[in-house]
Amino acid sequence: MNTFLKCTVAAIALTGFSSMAQAEGKLSIYHWFEYIPQELLDKFAKEYDVEVTMDTFDSNEAMLAALKAGKMGSYDVTVPGDYMVEIMAGEGLLDTFEPSELSNYSNIQPQWLDVSFDPGRKSSIPYQWGSTSFSVNRDKFKGDINTTNILFDPPAELRGKINVLDTQGELLTLASIHLGIPQCSSDREQLKALNKLVQDAKVHWASFGSDTAKDVLVSGDAHAGMIWSGFSAKARNEGANIEYAYPKEGYIVWMDNVVLLKDAPNRENALKFMNFLLEPENAAAVTNFAQYTAGVAGTESFLTEELKTSPESNPPSGPVGHFVQACPQEVQVLYDAIWTNLKK
Amino acid sequence: MAGGIASASESAGIYKGRAGLLILPSWLIIGFFLLLPVCMMLIYSFLTKEFRGGVIWEFSLAAYDQFFFNRGLFGDEPPQIEWTYINIFWRSLWQAGLATIFCLVIGFPTAWFIATRVPRHRTIWLLLITIPYWVNLLIRTVSMKFLIRDTGPLNEFLIWLGAIGEPLHLINTNIAVQLGLFYSYLPFMVLPIYASAERYNFSLSEAAADLYAGRWTILRVVILPAVKPGIIAGSILVFVPSLGAFLAPDLLGGAKTFMIGSLIEEQFKGNAGNWPFGAATSMILLSIVMTVLIFYARSQTRREAR
Repeated sequence: MNTFLKCTVAAIALTGFSSMAQAEGKLSIYHWFEYIPQELLDKFAKEYDVEVTMDTFDSNEAMLAALKAGKMGSYDVTVPGDYMVEIMAGEGLLDTFEPSELSNYSNIQPQWLDVSFDPGRKSSIPYQWGSTSFSVNRDKFKGDINTTNILFDPPAELRGKINVLDTQGELLTLASIHLGIPQCSSDREQLKALNKLVQDAKVHWASFGSDTAKDVLVSGDAHAGMIWSGFSAKARNEGANIEYAYPKEGYIVWMDNVVLLKDAPNRENALKFMNFLLEPENAAAVTNFAQYTAGVAGTESFLTEELKTSPESNPPSGPVGHFVQACPQEVQVLYDAIWTNLKK
Repeated sequence: MAGGIASASESAGIYKGRAGLLILPSWLIIGFFLLLPVCMMLIYSFLTKEFRGGVIWEFSLAAYDQFFFNRGLFGDEPPQIEWTYINIFWRSLWQAGLATIFCLVIGFPTAWFIATRVPRHRTIWLLLITIPYWVNLLIRTVSMKFLIRDTGPLNEFLIWLGAIGEPLHLINTNIAVQLGLFYSYLPFMVLPIYASAERYNFSLSEAAADLYAGRWTILRVVILPAVKPGIIAGSILVFVPSLGAFLAPDLLGGAKTFMIGSLIEEQFKGNAGNWPFGAATSMILLSIVMTVLIFYARSQTRREAR
């Protein structure tokens, strides 16, 4: 509900702004839902005298589909996850820029400067990074939660009260981590095992939902739920007595990135916006809102106290995080078959 | 809807000659918003899929093959009949059919009640029926979710009453989906039936009663045939959108199983993005709906011819 309210408020605010001020230029953003604070967009609009509009999506795949179905040329920037940057570059959807075009380029943290999904950071800048695992309601279950069994072989207290993200990539990756098989495996036995695992686990799942992942934990509809780290922190802040798990088998890490789209109608403003987001204060504003971690140096002094110690943003040293891989076509077809099988 | 088809063919004679230009705008709208998209869908369903969305302009029957034949997870077993998608269609048809029946059972008395009020009050009742529908369908579906969840007002009220001890587990069940469909499309049943009932000549009921017809006989022999066009129009208006609904199954049903709508959506928004298969599934759905409507239209015209 919160998402919808915020979107509505944002939409009303944006229409209000556009009619009030005849802005110098425009900027069109395609962004994840409930991620960037409206105040930050307003700040950019005011500072650069630019009219900002934003549409939202709820999965990397939905964003790619919309862009390929004819939305290219209407947005300037979007915010794909790591593997999706690689896919979009491969599809020829991204424009490149020179580091010299961004005066704040040097603020990028060194470990995020040269990344496998965009070598040399030619089309993207780091935005926020975090992890995907699951959270458990501590009133309902007191045992050990740091194991992927919680989702795939749940204890009796949690059965039938579990929500999983409605995103194929993350769910099947976490399932692969649970089984200890490599991502994008084309081995028949391993794929059959993966198929059987999710089929068997599904009887214990109450629902599939991504944009509802926080809401079901806060309302108590679900006692455990697969969720993104920051989204879980928000659920905790909204009163749910939940704990975010770092399973010993491993979990997913991801980084969202701001990319410059090919055929961007306002390339100049897009670069201004990207540069704006590399400003530590502004990166911190997103972090404070979304509860993830910025890929920009120097944000510490702008962060809220609780964020510095938040368990969702400070993974323990033991368990390993894995990036989701983009599978080749012949494997992806099998993943799709498993997914359809799961939902048939 | 189908009534419109019948009356258009009837009245076509009036628009002969230059006056025929007057219906040009309707033809343009039908061509642009109906025929063109359907033709595109038909063409796309016979093209080769491109990985991660899009099509390659090469003829292919792969999409229809995938719908009807199962070759195992790895695609190398001898083909068998594919039940997966037929089951998804069956589930959707069943849900939509049930929603239509529930809407009819509740909608008919409601429409009759409104039609028998004094005209001044009818407007108020109609307004009350339509007011909730000024709110976006998404918001209404989410609100329904809030109402029926385990800790929601409905359960709390029933527990407070002492009617139940444990909360009724409604959310993420087929009952919740059914409730959502029923609530979303009820006015589409009430309004057409009301339109028929309002024109009903009530002296016919009195005449039937004078001829010693009982209440049931009056309803069956006199009233029902008179409001039948409204009932059929209402049923079509409820059944067709229920068939393609994906908000209620997603939000109230927990998105655990595909309905036709979510199956098609997945082909465009999902990981691999199989546009031809999405188009083929839409074409098959469209064919089913068209068959039903054509049968209805033909039975109507035959009756008028008699």
